[in-house]
Amino acid sequence: MAKLKPEDLDKIARRMRKAMSLREGAGRAKVTVHMGTCGIAAGARPIMSAAMACADKAECDDLIVTASGCAGLCSNEPMMTVELVGEAPVKYIDLTVEKVERIFAEHVLGGQIVTEFALALGSEQTL
Amino acid sequence: MLCAGTGCVSNGTFRIKEALEAELAKHDLQDEIAVVLTGCNGFCAQGPVMVVQPDNIFYQLLTVDDVPHLVEEHFLKGRPVEKLMYTPPAAEAPVPKMSEIGFFEKQRLIALRNRGLIDPEKIDEAIARGAYRAMAKALLSMAPAEIAATVKASGLRGRGGAGFLTGLKWELTAKQPGNGKYIVCNADEGDPGAFMDRSIIESDPHAIIEGMVIGARAIGAGKGFAYVRYEYPLALERLEKALEQAREYGLLGTDILGSGFDFDISIHRGAGAFVCGEETSLIRSLEGLPPEPRLRPPFPAESGVHGKPTCINNVETWATVPVIIDRGAEWFSQIGTETSKGTKVFALVGKVKNTGLVEVPMGITLREIIFDIGGGIEKDKAFKAVQTGGPSGGCIPESLLDLPIDYERLAEVGSIMGSGGMIVMDEDNCMVDVARYFLEFLRSESCGKCTACREGVDAMYRIVTDICEGRGEPGQIEMLEELGEAVQDGSLCALGGTAPNPVLSTLRYFKDEYDAHIQEKRCPAGVCRALITYTIDPDKCKACRVCVKKCPQEAISGEKKQPQVIDQDKCIQCGVCRDVCKFEAVLVQ
Repeated sequence: MAKLKPEDLDKIARRMRKAMSLREGAGRAKVTVHMGTCGIAAGARPIMSAAMACADKAECDDLIVTASGCAGLCSNEPMMTVELVGEAPVKYIDLTVEKVERIFAEHVLGGQIVTEFALALGSEQTL
Repeated sequence: MLCAGTGCVSNGTFRIKEALEAELAKHDLQDEIAVVLTGCNGFCAQGPVMVVQPDNIFYQLLTVDDVPHLVEEHFLKGRPVEKLMYTPPAAEAPVPKMSEIGFFEKQRLIALRNRGLIDPEKIDEAIARGAYRAMAKALLSMAPAEIAATVKASGLRGRGGAGFLTGLKWELTAKQPGNGKYIVCNADEGDPGAFMDRSIIESDPHAIIEGMVIGARAIGAGKGFAYVRYEYPLALERLEKALEQAREYGLLGTDILGSGFDFDISIHRGAGAFVCGEETSLIRSLEGLPPEPRLRPPFPAESGVHGKPTCINNVETWATVPVIIDRGAEWFSQIGTETSKGTKVFALVGKVKNTGLVEVPMGITLREIIFDIGGGIEKDKAFKAVQTGGPSGGCIPESLLDLPIDYERLAEVGSIMGSGGMIVMDEDNCMVDVARYFLEFLRSESCGKCTACREGVDAMYRIVTDICEGRGEPGQIEMLEELGEAVQDGSLCALGGTAPNPVLSTLRYFKDEYDAHIQEKRCPAGVCRALITYTIDPDKCKACRVCVKKCPQEAISGEKKQPQVIDQDKCIQCGVCRDVCKFEAVLVQ
């Protein structure tokens, strides 16, 4: 990897924003499992495995399953964020493998938020 | 009201805000129309979005070029701009918005700006969220003195506990003659119940790397250490990966971004001694020596690692620095109180409904944190106290819940900001027992160098243990106060200097509990085993006999379908019966 020049930062940012942002056509849905130490201790690893298995089973190449750090609300871990193209992200809390399977079937693939497991939609105020 | 949720920010909310403010000022409207940033509205796909009140007119997909026209039409002529308007779908959203959830509503994320949003193991995702942009600005367009001056002007104070002005520390280190200076990131987070630093490293390691490069440039350091405790394996793994990726991109190493500046960071694993959070002990530990504090001066800024000028800052401080460079000192100094600027991350734990990591503007009250963000006390029991600042901090009672939080105010009431631990206690917590817990912790963590701390804390622990175990005598409270003062006076470092705080603050606010233990041999909260008895209320007992099965001492017996009885000779006051009873029939006295 060649060393970056200052202008390369912008290039990477633009390219990655496209890849990360669903409205730029990166995919149909993005599922983020929150995997800080607290999340992992609360059982985020089996949640991640279940999410990957669900994505494999669905056989869609436009589903993104990714990991991230703690979402902050430790008492309701494990948590997961589901974002569909053109819609606000939805945070799910207190997950189990069964809940993940339902969220995949109904929300990720079916487009209907599973309200009983959802905490909120949108994102936090940053900066 | 401009949305400052993640989606809108990445689509340029701040550029819109600046353009809007400039345009409003041009028309002399700045006093009549306030531009307010809000949390996410949930319409991210239409972002950046803006709502104009009081008419509740919703604009979408804004660009800077739209602003002059919008200001002229809407604010001057009172004609909403239809082509930019958006009608939110009438259907009610089935779930609330994040900004309506108490836990998130009052938070404002600066140090935690990327939490839950990026994959911390992919540098490109961090860059997409703006990482290393401030570093490029600092290295390529700012003089070192200008960087330090900006951080100083922002009012940022050290987030590790003492609250020293960060920019001033940088200037003092920069002023020292000679080369070979060092930068240290203190991630030896040792307070029980605190996990701010761990979480920041785990969710956004590049924020720390970027902050350290900026700091290194400001003071002229060529080498940095991240001192992370060994108990944080995931944080260590993610920081290591982040350092590797930054090196590959040339964001660390020689000639960073073509600026001619060389700097690299290595990780030092700490063995998890509480005293290593103290900077002079940390320096000795970095040098491979036993961690014992030394007299200051000379301060690390003059003589630190290997005798070279060294600047040590905490994880949260480093993670905040890039935002200050990016958005300016003035922006940062508008947040917070007169003496304490910006936001602070707290680890909110204990008997609250929502436990977690919260980042709030300085000046927020304890009540807002505990009741609005934390959701109140578990099982709606009565609040008793909140412990801030870990073992060096103090317990704050209910009468002071409306205290706005900043460094000075917390010190006034006998506690400290510390690194941000916040342990909430309810009516079931015995304050004498809490004091005993912290003394036990400090007694084993004292490095032993100063007699006052080594012997004094141990003596205080033994007295408080006596009080908890029913051997309390008149005069012991005075003895504790005297010992506390001696430990404060006779200790070199902050560990000993603040060690009596948990005792002194509980004595100050909860003296009645000490008195009950000593004079009446009674523990009002029902915690201290030697002073309590468990009995079963025959009217409430439904004879389910769950307690009989669970009692480790087989101390509970009784006829079938009859109230059960505890044999006081066998009972060890473990409280299992009370925990398992569904009918609240087990009483504690």
